[in-house]
Amino acid sequence: MSSEQTPPPGRLDNVEARIDYYPTHEIAGFRLRPGKSFPFGATLVPGGINFSIFSSHAVSCTLVLFSKGAPTPMAEIPFPDSFRIGHVWSMMVFDLDCETIEYGYRMDGPFEPAAGHRFDRSKILLDPYAKAVGGRDVWGVVPDWNNVFPYRGRLVFEDFDWEDDRPLEVPIEELVIYELHVRSFTRHPSAGARHPGTFAAMRAKIPYLKELGINCVELMPVYEFDEFENSRRRPDTGEMLYNYWGYSTVNFFAPKAGFAATGRLGMQVDEFKNLVKELHKSGIEVILDVVFNHTAEGNERGPTFSFRGLDNKTYYMLTPEGYYFNFSGCGNTLNCNNPVVRGIVLDCLRYWASEYHIDGFRFDLASILGRDPWGAPLPNPPLLESLAFDPVLGKCKLIAEAWDAGGLYQVGSFPAFGRWAEWNGKFRDDVRRFLKGDPGMVGALAQRLQGSPDLYGWNGRGPTASINFVTCHDGFTLYDLFAYNQKHNEANGEDNRDGDNDSHSWNCGWEGECDDPGINNLRRRLIRNALAILMTSQGIPMILMGDEFGRSQRGNNNTYCQDNELNWLDWRLAESNTDLLRFARKMVAFRRAHPVLRQRHHLRNHDWIGSGYPDITWHGTRAWEPDWSAGSRVLAFLLCGRHAQEGRSCDDYIYVAMNSHYDALPFELPKLPVGFNWHVAVNTSMSSPQDIFTPGSEPLLGGQQEFLVGGYSVVILVGREKI
Amino acid sequence: MPFSAQLAVVDGVAKVTLKGELDASVAGQFKETIEQAAAEKPRRLVLYFNELEFLASAGLRVLIFAKQKMGINVDIYVIGSQGPVLATLEMSGFHHSVYLQDTYGDD
Repeated sequence: MSSEQTPPPGRLDNVEARIDYYPTHEIAGFRLRPGKSFPFGATLVPGGINFSIFSSHAVSCTLVLFSKGAPTPMAEIPFPDSFRIGHVWSMMVFDLDCETIEYGYRMDGPFEPAAGHRFDRSKILLDPYAKAVGGRDVWGVVPDWNNVFPYRGRLVFEDFDWEDDRPLEVPIEELVIYELHVRSFTRHPSAGARHPGTFAAMRAKIPYLKELGINCVELMPVYEFDEFENSRRRPDTGEMLYNYWGYSTVNFFAPKAGFAATGRLGMQVDEFKNLVKELHKSGIEVILDVVFNHTAEGNERGPTFSFRGLDNKTYYMLTPEGYYFNFSGCGNTLNCNNPVVRGIVLDCLRYWASEYHIDGFRFDLASILGRDPWGAPLPNPPLLESLAFDPVLGKCKLIAEAWDAGGLYQVGSFPAFGRWAEWNGKFRDDVRRFLKGDPGMVGALAQRLQGSPDLYGWNGRGPTASINFVTCHDGFTLYDLFAYNQKHNEANGEDNRDGDNDSHSWNCGWEGECDDPGINNLRRRLIRNALAILMTSQGIPMILMGDEFGRSQRGNNNTYCQDNELNWLDWRLAESNTDLLRFARKMVAFRRAHPVLRQRHHLRNHDWIGSGYPDITWHGTRAWEPDWSAGSRVLAFLLCGRHAQEGRSCDDYIYVAMNSHYDALPFELPKLPVGFNWHVAVNTSMSSPQDIFTPGSEPLLGGQQEFLVGGYSVVILVGREKI
Repeated sequence: MPFSAQLAVVDGVAKVTLKGELDASVAGQFKETIEQAAAEKPRRLVLYFNELEFLASAGLRVLIFAKQKMGINVDIYVIGSQGPVLATLEMSGFHHSVYLQDTYGDD
């Protein structure tokens, strides 16, 4: 061998030539050796695959191998007793073609529900650590209900060509979040997608998202769930109702194949990673909505396909009688503060962050993650602490839906460990009530506008703890918020019993669609008002998919089961509601142009840098005299731009006047420093294009002393130095 | 049509002509061809897909391998892909990583 061919000392020229990975056993014609206990799951090793699975109560375990899609196993390999260390069975199997096999496990153990055990050797179980799942490869294809192995573990390669991509690490205060459902976003024919409802189709819509100005998408569940879980037909129409939103997990590590145009080819991992990579190229972060509060196995009557059959007592919270606690409202509750379950949650999130370059996570019903195995809230939940201090997740956004279905409501008090942000449900409720003209809301509104210091100031969390939203997937769309007084959920087949009954909505005088131009103008104004308040509030704004151009769910405030136009985004609205879309785009641009709207720390309500103006001041129809009375429906505030970013940036003065009285009211304007003038940025009582102006081109206000703010209107002025 | 992968290196351009169905059973053959091409240290890799009928996940893996094996300074051209092969490249997003063309300039 020439010197040129000799590898450097300590290096092999063939990394696959590991002398310690050779078979020592043979069972059923397969060459084996004892495996590595860690990592759990199926891992490619030189010449074979390492399988590792945990169960603390099973007495034996068998690896079951299938050829892809085959109805019966190609092999069953029992783990020799000597292959178990502690509660972990592990085995290396050589000469397997990882491209063409699927795998699962049979676990043997007691079936004693009262003691918490529900082992069933007849079931072939999905590995909770499987990185891809076969069996539901194409959305909506009715499964073979007799399939002995409905959800099949698959292996994936980790060779994706990320080039130089990595999580963007946009400072959280800079985010404008857009919540969307992958299938809904492009499934409607008007989307013009070649592969509707898929990751690939969403990738083609990135230019739209970029033009809207958002810099973060929050994806409703994209890991493997079964749209046929609890599927049923509407008694009146026969229409199929699905588990459409996907808030019911089959597997935490696998992207949903049915959301991939390449799902039938088993390339969903590549397709989703490409979506993330392309979003990052456009400066858009990706937050995943993760559901660790329960699984798709339901209660005692639910199916057994994974956790229940592997180790029921470990994975689920059980009553002393062995029944399932139901803090999720979905039949079972994952036992998140059991150390083993905690481990799987941590491993899962680390995997998404490192392998998929995910930028953050929103935790569905996150308060459950703070309960002990018997359901009691913990003062310092170890799982939440572990997530907050995990090194891999160190730059990830962590966002809690800070309540659960068991009555635990922790908005403002979620154990944050200096890291966690929260969906601020109080922002939603208070802003809605102010918008529709409820009296006595200005005090609460003032808190919401400042990033809710009443909720997040006492423990030093700052406005970045507050994810502000007026609408989200749960509840009315923004259009419906001002078109319906009542929910209209009959299409869900539950006699309109499901969904929120306290939406703080207002139909403006007519329930549903109408031809009255006055009502329709008012509705459109209220939509603008909501967007204006959302975008000028401290904290992190979140927009629901389609709210930027008036998407309606026809009054349905709980479309969890609807695979139809109630959920699919109708892109024709972007044409018919160009005025709303224009307003939304420019409102996002306004926020992004003004750092004083994106403070990392709470405003102090005094002048702490000597600018002559406090960082924020409050006003009413008289300058400097806010009306905090119980009957008040008006509020204005002035931000001093010299306090932007702790005084490090110099921004404009921003004055926001909000009038939820039905009459127009004159607002006396606070005086600016000598040499400064007011310019009109937004006036929602004007029609497009006079309702909003591009930052930098706002017209000079004629009279600088007073502004007539229309009924149910918001006005935003910017004060800047005369040129 | 049985799978085949033919390599020719001309003026620093490695050209690989693929025919048939590229699935798991033949992906290793394609990978060997890519390794041979990489050993020539070409400045460009041109893959002719005109007669490629099917591209499975295993084939996509080799394309990713080719991209990373060749390094960032070697552009990869995929020529004449059509039908399901083109759809697979586009759906998976791999078309962002290569130059997709109907023909190659000096052919």
